[in-house]
Amino acid sequence: MAECHPVGFQWVVEAKARGAKMFHVDPRFTRTSALADRHLSLRAGSDIAFLGGLINYVLTHERHFREYVVAYTNAAQIIGDDLRLPDELEGLFSGFDPAKGTYDPDTWQYEGVDVRGSVNMGDLPRDESLTDPRCVFQLLKRHYARYTPEMVERVCGVPPAHFLEVAEALCANSGRERTSAFVYSVGWTQHTVGVQYIRAASILQLLLGNVGRPGGGILALRGHASIQGSTDIPTLYELLPGYLPMPHAHKHKTLADYVHAGTARKGYWHATGAYLVSLLKAWYGDAATAENDFCYGHLPRLTGDHGAYRTALDMLEGLVKGYMLFGQNPAVGSANSRLHRLALGHLDWLVVRDLSEIESATFWRDGPEIETGEARTEEIPTEVFFLPAAAHTEKDGTFTNTQRLLQWHTKAVEPTGDCRSDLWFCYHLGRIIREKLASSSDSKDRAILDLTWDYPTEGDHAEPEADAVLREINGWDSEGSPLPGYLALRDDGSTACGCWIYSGCYAEGINQTARRKPGAEQTWVAPEWAWAWPDNRRILYNRASAAPDGTPWSERKRYVWWDVEAGRWVGEDRPDFVPDRPPDHQPSADARGADALAGTDAFIMQADGKGWLYVPDGLADGPLPTHYEAHESPVDNPLYRQQSNPAREEHPHPLNPSNPSGGGGEPYPFVMTTYRIAEHHTAGGMSRWQERLSELAPEMFVEVHPDLALARGLEAGGWATIVTSRSAIEARVLVTERLAPLAVDGRTIHQVGLPYHWGYGGIAPGESANDLFPIVLDPNVHIQEVKAATCDVLAGRRPRGQALRDLVETHRRRSQP
Amino acid sequence: MKDLDLQAGTRYGFFTDTSVCIGCKACEVACKEWNQVPGSGFEFTATSYDNTVSLGANTWRHVAFIEQPAIEQPAIQQPAIQQPACEEPACGESVPGAHDFRFLMSSDVCKHCTSAACLEVCPTGAIFTTEFQTIVVQDDICNGCGYCVTACPFGVIERRETDGGAWKCTLCYDRMRGNKMPACAQACPTDSIQFGPLDELRARAERRVEELDSSGVVGARLYGHDEDDGVAGFGAFFLLLDEPEVYGLPPDPVTPTRHLWSMWRTAAAAAGGLAVALAGAFVRSGRG
Repeated sequence: MAECHPVGFQWVVEAKARGAKMFHVDPRFTRTSALADRHLSLRAGSDIAFLGGLINYVLTHERHFREYVVAYTNAAQIIGDDLRLPDELEGLFSGFDPAKGTYDPDTWQYEGVDVRGSVNMGDLPRDESLTDPRCVFQLLKRHYARYTPEMVERVCGVPPAHFLEVAEALCANSGRERTSAFVYSVGWTQHTVGVQYIRAASILQLLLGNVGRPGGGILALRGHASIQGSTDIPTLYELLPGYLPMPHAHKHKTLADYVHAGTARKGYWHATGAYLVSLLKAWYGDAATAENDFCYGHLPRLTGDHGAYRTALDMLEGLVKGYMLFGQNPAVGSANSRLHRLALGHLDWLVVRDLSEIESATFWRDGPEIETGEARTEEIPTEVFFLPAAAHTEKDGTFTNTQRLLQWHTKAVEPTGDCRSDLWFCYHLGRIIREKLASSSDSKDRAILDLTWDYPTEGDHAEPEADAVLREINGWDSEGSPLPGYLALRDDGSTACGCWIYSGCYAEGINQTARRKPGAEQTWVAPEWAWAWPDNRRILYNRASAAPDGTPWSERKRYVWWDVEAGRWVGEDRPDFVPDRPPDHQPSADARGADALAGTDAFIMQADGKGWLYVPDGLADGPLPTHYEAHESPVDNPLYRQQSNPAREEHPHPLNPSNPSGGGGEPYPFVMTTYRIAEHHTAGGMSRWQERLSELAPEMFVEVHPDLALARGLEAGGWATIVTSRSAIEARVLVTERLAPLAVDGRTIHQVGLPYHWGYGGIAPGESANDLFPIVLDPNVHIQEVKAATCDVLAGRRPRGQALRDLVETHRRRSQP
Repeated sequence: MKDLDLQAGTRYGFFTDTSVCIGCKACEVACKEWNQVPGSGFEFTATSYDNTVSLGANTWRHVAFIEQPAIEQPAIQQPAIQQPACEEPACGESVPGAHDFRFLMSSDVCKHCTSAACLEVCPTGAIFTTEFQTIVVQDDICNGCGYCVTACPFGVIERRETDGGAWKCTLCYDRMRGNKMPACAQACPTDSIQFGPLDELRARAERRVEELDSSGVVGARLYGHDEDDGVAGFGAFFLLLDEPEVYGLPPDPVTPTRHLWSMWRTAAAAAGGLAVALAGAFVRSGRG
């Protein structure tokens, strides 16, 4: 966190000054570790074993927050008879189809129900004594029983004494009086089991009662400013704004199909229809009517995986003609970046919008493949349009941070030269396309011609007003008045709203995101600083900050509680609950939506109102997090015969080979991991063209322990070549004890550290760590595994030209019998 | 951000608390941006995360990175007969000086000495003490003689290759005149660099040492807060977690001019002695 979020880290330093204890769990001893009370080095890719160990510790020593667990989680839920856990199936859950490599979740369901079905969840079998062997609590106990401190040591290389110190501190600092928080960055997500890492932390926090309460939670630190914003109003192919799923071409043919599939019987997903129809009204205005399904037919449809990696592979097949990159640099930043550079060379045209002329815009003339002879400039047909982008200081708009806080920023200076904002580019591109199609009678063009595309512009460059966009996101009623929030949304076409969870950000016609009242002039929750979605709530699910009877769990941790006299929920924050729903309320059997929430259903977005320790539906790789080795690992999975996540997405391709896994990993015996350092930003587009930053970390380097340096003949400050079956890169050698070797399952495992900032462009060029990694993905969100793979390290610089490919091939052949 | 209300006549400075430094180098960048300091060059040093090496004409804030191996607790001597659980406070407490692996980071800067050698040796008057008792070089007066460079006991001030002038931290004199905090202190995310009236900073620093001592942090000490040291105290002083040498700082810095008087005395004595000897020689030859 100190490396990648030094400004946010000030709050950790402040918490420490107030007595908080900080543990840092990371393969490397970093700037964060320097200030931690304890740093635990663990093997990259082994975190579920570590977290599973903590879950087992909590359950074995009965340290869970029982009252919280029974009332607010699905611990008491009975699971169907047919479920089989990995302890019975060599590491698989029931429902796995080896031919397809996918799971059928039928056997994972709650007894007698499909979670999104129409049955009253209140009638489902529960065992609040938590003793039924088929209740979630007992299944958890059984599943994690083998994750003992000794097993944690075998898998992760963490000594039991250190593990137990964390376990005890975490338990002692949770409960009625105290809360603990988990903070992670993308190091947790970029694995073939990335989603399950976060799930494991969620289970722990729910067991300990650390969700919905001040000082608790799981805090995701994002990779860039406003990455949260780019999932809320997404740049993701499978989502519409506000986490509404993108319609599927065959499953959701009509609006009714879509709304039926997306509507939960209970909770706030019951209003899916209102959210989508209001979105369509914002996009299509008067053209969207009840008669034409509010232009639902205009929305794009999914037919399968259209993620960035699938798309790059499709480029190689010639299936993709054009591509636009906005602030993204796949030639450096994507796993197997060599494959991406070659893929970009199959496009007819490519638009790159960035602050600098990044590698993805210049691959055709100075990419490493030109040097090796794999590509020839004169044979690359791609027409590249580089359009310089304005920086955030050169435009108005909002950033949404990890706390879901929308913070408005105002333009400080005009962009120079041809630099323009993304908003300018998108608006004028749409305007020109609409002009070109204006006379079209082709029905497919209606999706573009029916759009409301009437944003006011200002200044010499006709810059669209970001303020007007924010007003549309907030939404308005049929009179054009700003909506107060998402509860006002209707499915009859009377409301328009660009993103239902953001509704209220312009309530009363005031830009709520621009509020800047200093912390000292308001309560400690600071509700008048900017605006948080939804409804300006600073902590989600905060009904759980009170006991089931509505009283605070403790004075020390009071946050939101039931005011008996007023008959309302009150407190420090906006209650995240039906405001006047009494704690003892039991809904009637035919109640729907928010009306169906009982007084203790704190998790109001869940179909059963409970925090999910166990996930009966929605995950592609199992209802409970399970330790699997990374796709490439030098060790055999000590926990199960199943080596890696059986449902992981591999993309076999001649340009995307894999290193062998298990059994020592030869000829790639070392674990490698990538990361960022404080001096640079992601794939370098914002830092490697800046002298001030580049001089602080001027060259690509590889971090190795002195023992590994000795074993491989590496000299500090000299060169090393890192080899995988994809490619080989060279880097300067940084010998450091901060990357300690680990004793794993009786062997010494060395880890190799690679910052991923460098590429062949910029004023401080270097080779790209991502050239070394395969495209192998988490099956839930298609994220690449670049935090754990295997490699070999050789002394000296890499060979040039064709000899580089020869080296990679020769090395790879050593793995074949 | 609200303006400060800085008073001429009050001594201002930095307290750099290295116990909360995270080595982000925001101070280095902010300093260079504000003061328009030229680049330091692109040199990979293979020395932890330090690539700007030291303070100099083009580096007015420099973050040192020290990777320090663990100092093990000595093995506990097992008594011959098993004793019942020890109740004395010393039992189980850490041995003084023992610590886990440490990654020490420290943002170094000009010390703005009370008795500033650079100023004292400057023949042109280019270096002066401001109304905030900070030490500033005026580039338009500096003739590049370089006396200050050899005089500084810390190796802070340096001549710039390109223009020949001597350069160092000004404690953002221009910002101070405008009631603004120096750029490095404003950029520091963890308050490792604190700016303020020196007497307040000194009191705060002493409390911080006590706080660290009582929380079991090993080796916290102040460096440069003592007015009786060889430079009569720093205007920019430090809280360190180990000996100054560990951070590349001189343990006992002395203003060279402090020895001037004794040097002259010695020189005078030597000259006198020589005169006597010469006179003696003449006397002898006169007799001869």
